[in-house]
Amino acid sequence: MPIVVKNLTHIYMPGTPFESVALRDVNWNVEDGEFWGLIGHTGSGKSTLIQHLNGLLKPTWGEVIVDGVNISERGVNLREIRQKVGLVFQYPEHQLFEETVEKDVAFGPKNLGLPEEEVTRRVKEALELVGLKYDEIKDRSPFELSGGQMRRVAIAGVLAMKPKVLILDEPTVGLDPRGRDEILGQIVRLRERQNITVILVSHSMEDIAKLVDKIAVMHKGRMVESGTPKQVFKNYEALASIGLDIPQVTHLMIKLKNKGKDVATDVLTVEEAEAEILRAARRKGHA
Amino acid sequence: MAAEILAEGVCYQYSQSSKMALKDVDLRIRKGEFVAIIGPNGSGKSTLAKLFNGLFVPTKGRVTVDGLDTRDRENVWKIRQKVGMVFQNPDNQIVATVVEEDVAFGPENLGVPPEEIRKRVDEALEIVELKDFAQKPPHLLSGGQKQRVAIAGIIAMRPDYIIMDEPTAMLDPVGRKEVINTVKRLNREEGKTIVLITHFMEEAVEAARVIVMSEGRVVMEGSPREIFSKVGKLKAIGLDVPQVTELAHRLRGQGLAVRNDVLTIDEMVECLCPLL
Repeated sequence: MPIVVKNLTHIYMPGTPFESVALRDVNWNVEDGEFWGLIGHTGSGKSTLIQHLNGLLKPTWGEVIVDGVNISERGVNLREIRQKVGLVFQYPEHQLFEETVEKDVAFGPKNLGLPEEEVTRRVKEALELVGLKYDEIKDRSPFELSGGQMRRVAIAGVLAMKPKVLILDEPTVGLDPRGRDEILGQIVRLRERQNITVILVSHSMEDIAKLVDKIAVMHKGRMVESGTPKQVFKNYEALASIGLDIPQVTHLMIKLKNKGKDVATDVLTVEEAEAEILRAARRKGHA
Repeated sequence: MAAEILAEGVCYQYSQSSKMALKDVDLRIRKGEFVAIIGPNGSGKSTLAKLFNGLFVPTKGRVTVDGLDTRDRENVWKIRQKVGMVFQNPDNQIVATVVEEDVAFGPENLGVPPEEIRKRVDEALEIVELKDFAQKPPHLLSGGQKQRVAIAGIIAMRPDYIIMDEPTAMLDPVGRKEVINTVKRLNREEGKTIVLITHFMEEAVEAARVIVMSEGRVVMEGSPREIFSKVGKLKAIGLDVPQVTELAHRLRGQGLAVRNDVLTIDEMVECLCPLL
């Protein structure tokens, strides 16, 4: 399900002393099934942008077209849009509220007016998708789970709505490396199984580099870069000038290249760096 | 009496839990040190931090700060003045509507005279490099700036030890760097003892000593170089190493002559240059 953002500008509190321009003329095409990483600092406009994709915010100017429908047009069913575009906020576990895990995950599908068997089927499926065992966890209180588990229950609540596009705002903040790898691994598997479009908002270049097909960079309300990770990281000087890091290994290869070493710099992961350095060392007879 | 925080045979059990959160922890934090504590979620790091200033008292064993036992209620105020705490979420730590008033809150509560408070607040804001923000409302600051306001509030109470429980977890990369630079300066220039609990290995690398916790126990202890050279062991308990450290480890596995204790990009460049 494609999303097209055209000349999107958003101004908070226009016409007041508190007026601030959060987005300026943003253009973005998200194709069906793509996996995007959205990066930028706090205050760069990332959150404002993603809240437009399911109609939580309306453009001041410009258009957001979801699956061919301009969502600011009169008479558009926003409930339907929000069902198609699932948004997982930062710290989604703060939004858990029910007595049991099952009730919490069932809340959305129930509100859709689905029959009970369908609700249960969806709850089961959503919990398994995030790596939790339905029978073991369904009757527990969400508040007695570990932080990582709570977060997965919250994500399951969004998945139970069967969205076609899943947007996750910093899903790994505050988790340890294992918790982070679990959540990211589940997102990858989810894409493989359901072929949904995913937009991942993150500060971590190293996570984004190894996962996504494309990266969009926000800075001061504008989309300043977009393309494959290799294309975007090529402009590392531009990224550095707006205070964004590139993955350590990419940075390493660029430094080696600058020292006159014959190495490729479009390296994104530790594995790729290993292969490239071994290749260069072998050529010199050192390995 | 030794100037140090000392944990001896410390066990801690939360009242509603059947499991020990800390098991037989022995640890010494010397005055002036910069120590990082790393470990997976649930390994006991935050529990340990709360034992250092008497927010919790041990179920078994004892914690002393400059010789003062945290179990003795009489010592609580003295200990809290010696040991300041900085937490994860800056928004939960800021109480006033103007930056300098927020920084003044702690010393005011200690009954410090007004002229002295003024002096301390100015100094503290100078140290965290927020002098120009003294009159600003905190909610207009960035996450990194807010966290530095929280740190200034602690500095103004003049503690010897500052315990930081994941102070950068909620910040973006720029905010993280701001806070870590402040922490380094506090240790090197102001001589404060720092205990930094973190999930970010690049931050732990900055410390002089790293303590690794797993399942309520201290499982490793040493310089960042010693600790991060044990890539396999760290991964087994669910921790990361910096990308370049892992790369060095893998290249060694392939027979390339690189050091196994590489921590930074520049060190790695130095190692690799002769080979390429």
